[in-house]
Amino acid sequence: MKKIIALVLALVLCVALATAACAEASVYYLNFKPEQDAQWQELAKIYTEKTGVPVTVVTAASGEYETTLMSEIEKTDAPTLFQVNGPVGLANWTDYCYDLAGTDLVKHLTSDAFALKEGDAVKGVAYVVETYGIIANTKLLEKAGYTVADITNFETLKKVADDIQARKDELGLDGAFTSAGMDGSSDWRFKTHLANMPIYYEYKADGIGSTGAIKGTYLDNYKAIWDLYITDATCEPALLASKTGNDAVAEFVGEKAVFYQNGTWAWNDVKDLGAENLTMLPIYIGVEGEENQGLCTGTENYWCVNGEADQEDIDATIAFLEWVITSDEGRKSMSQDMGFVVPFDTFTGEYASANPLVAVDAALTAEGKTPVSWNFTTMPSEEWKNGVGSALTAYAAGTGDWNGVVTAFVDGWKTEYDLTH
Amino acid sequence: MENAIKKYWPVFLLPTLAAFIIGFIWPFIWGIYLSFHKFTTISKTTFVGLSNYVKVFEDATFVNAFWFTAKFTIVSTIIINVIAFMLALALTRGLKGTNVFRTVFFLPNLIGGIVLGYIWQILLNGILTNMGLPLLALNANYGFWGLIILMCWQQIGYMMIIYIAGLQNVPGDLLEAASIDGATSFQTLIKVKLPMVMPSITICSFLTLTNSFKLFDQNLALTGGEPAKASQMLALNIYDTFYARSGPQWKGIGQAKAVVFFLLVIVIALVQLYFTRRKEVQQ
Repeated sequence: MKKIIALVLALVLCVALATAACAEASVYYLNFKPEQDAQWQELAKIYTEKTGVPVTVVTAASGEYETTLMSEIEKTDAPTLFQVNGPVGLANWTDYCYDLAGTDLVKHLTSDAFALKEGDAVKGVAYVVETYGIIANTKLLEKAGYTVADITNFETLKKVADDIQARKDELGLDGAFTSAGMDGSSDWRFKTHLANMPIYYEYKADGIGSTGAIKGTYLDNYKAIWDLYITDATCEPALLASKTGNDAVAEFVGEKAVFYQNGTWAWNDVKDLGAENLTMLPIYIGVEGEENQGLCTGTENYWCVNGEADQEDIDATIAFLEWVITSDEGRKSMSQDMGFVVPFDTFTGEYASANPLVAVDAALTAEGKTPVSWNFTTMPSEEWKNGVGSALTAYAAGTGDWNGVVTAFVDGWKTEYDLTH
Repeated sequence: MENAIKKYWPVFLLPTLAAFIIGFIWPFIWGIYLSFHKFTTISKTTFVGLSNYVKVFEDATFVNAFWFTAKFTIVSTIIINVIAFMLALALTRGLKGTNVFRTVFFLPNLIGGIVLGYIWQILLNGILTNMGLPLLALNANYGFWGLIILMCWQQIGYMMIIYIAGLQNVPGDLLEAASIDGATSFQTLIKVKLPMVMPSITICSFLTLTNSFKLFDQNLALTGGEPAKASQMLALNIYDTFYARSGPQWKGIGQAKAVVFFLLVIVIALVQLYFTRRKEVQQ
């Protein structure tokens, strides 16, 4: 009797496995952004109800995307849709990226610049464009006797910040800038995003788009803005090593500081202050002609379709993405629920982003300001960023000097680049 | 009973053996195989010979991490074992509340390393801030002693339990004989108790030595290797090589480091076992 039961159980198991193996085309999206997990799950459900194609969305834990992808992609049911962060990230995954050239996804892109190309092959398409700068509390700024129009370059930014810092007690503030925390939850704002500024100007001056050896022409400007951040701040520079992203948010939302460097994605964190009290300023670092500089706008989120998957799964994945960017449900979800600025020409009218910080960017661009491109996607490696971050922290605390930052920035770049190429 | 075991031994042995092979032997063999390759995912590999191993020894950060780890291991092994043994002695004297104390000392061991690391980071940074000193992430020396404090706090209770078990197994007639012969309590400790608990010492020093050498969670959470990798231990160095670098060649190098790391742990553990075993006595 027992034998029979065992046999039956074994058979059931085999049947279950066999049916699982020969299911029809399906989509598996390994999502990068935990903030938008719920919306993707919802979209997946709607799509499955409509078409019958099963869509699985799995979201990797924050900071664990590469590790998760690395193990997931080995599985029999590997992700059919994943993402890379730009050219450097693509180097790891190029063998797995299906050539999207000729698909509607590429045709709908508002600019060729949003396609991640390798030769003629389109290995990835950007699905969200983001903007960062210095988020400013205009109410507090006005209380201190200034308006946004007073800040047009580094000199004026420093003047305003120094003045606010000097009168902080009278204004009821802790400082002009929120703490430039160098904890892992916040250091990317400076070792990556702020470091983009000197790189952007150097590329621009040299007329290049990437390099194997950065010269550090604008590092003095980087020092100037970093000095400003750490001096006119809510805390002693020596404490920055342990300050977190949440600390900065708390200071800003608690109206203890006027300026907070971050991007459009931080809208949900700061929206309690009210859209009318918030704006975003360009990050001025004291370069000639920066009065015309806009916000930093770009992307480091590219969809890639797994070319190793079965052809029907690849087709299903592309069909799913095309549905997302053309259907009403998909467009509403991405633009309004997820709050993305989506670089496809189908997102117009009511599907334009409702994020007020995005509107600031649009307004500045309309005024004729030049947006700063995201060049940190060409930074040689995570290792390089960590090196710069450590040096910045040590410089702020006084345990290291600025030369340490220069070495990490210039020499570190060359070393890391050579190791990778 | 004996017959049943003879007949059914595969039923008892095979599941464990299978788990061991699947979870340990097989990945281990793969690990050695991958250390000679360049890869992003393990299904697409390119053979590169010994070049990964050459790069391991050219990597200054790996050598630094080794010395940091070695220093840490020596200091923590000594401190943990000495304090744990003293606590065990104190708590086997039949004092009031012994059980409460044993529980309290053992408790930290039940908390995971990452959590402990972050809690201690906040605590230690708070103290350093009040004293006006640089924070943990800025000074490798503070990072080092911070890790020692953390490890001691976590491990002493566990080792203490093992020592208590050892001390309770010292035969009463031996102790009685010693006291009749007029041995002082210090002489009893050195001449009778210590030799008798030598097996516990072997176990405890083995555990602390290998735990310290392989330390990862606490290192990641408490200092993250800052400043500039000066407080980075070997396991974290390997992890960083594997994950913080872009380009397929790093995965192979990280894997080669892991193999070297494995050999180091084995050699150190065997040497330690050899020396402490020699001191064990038969009852």
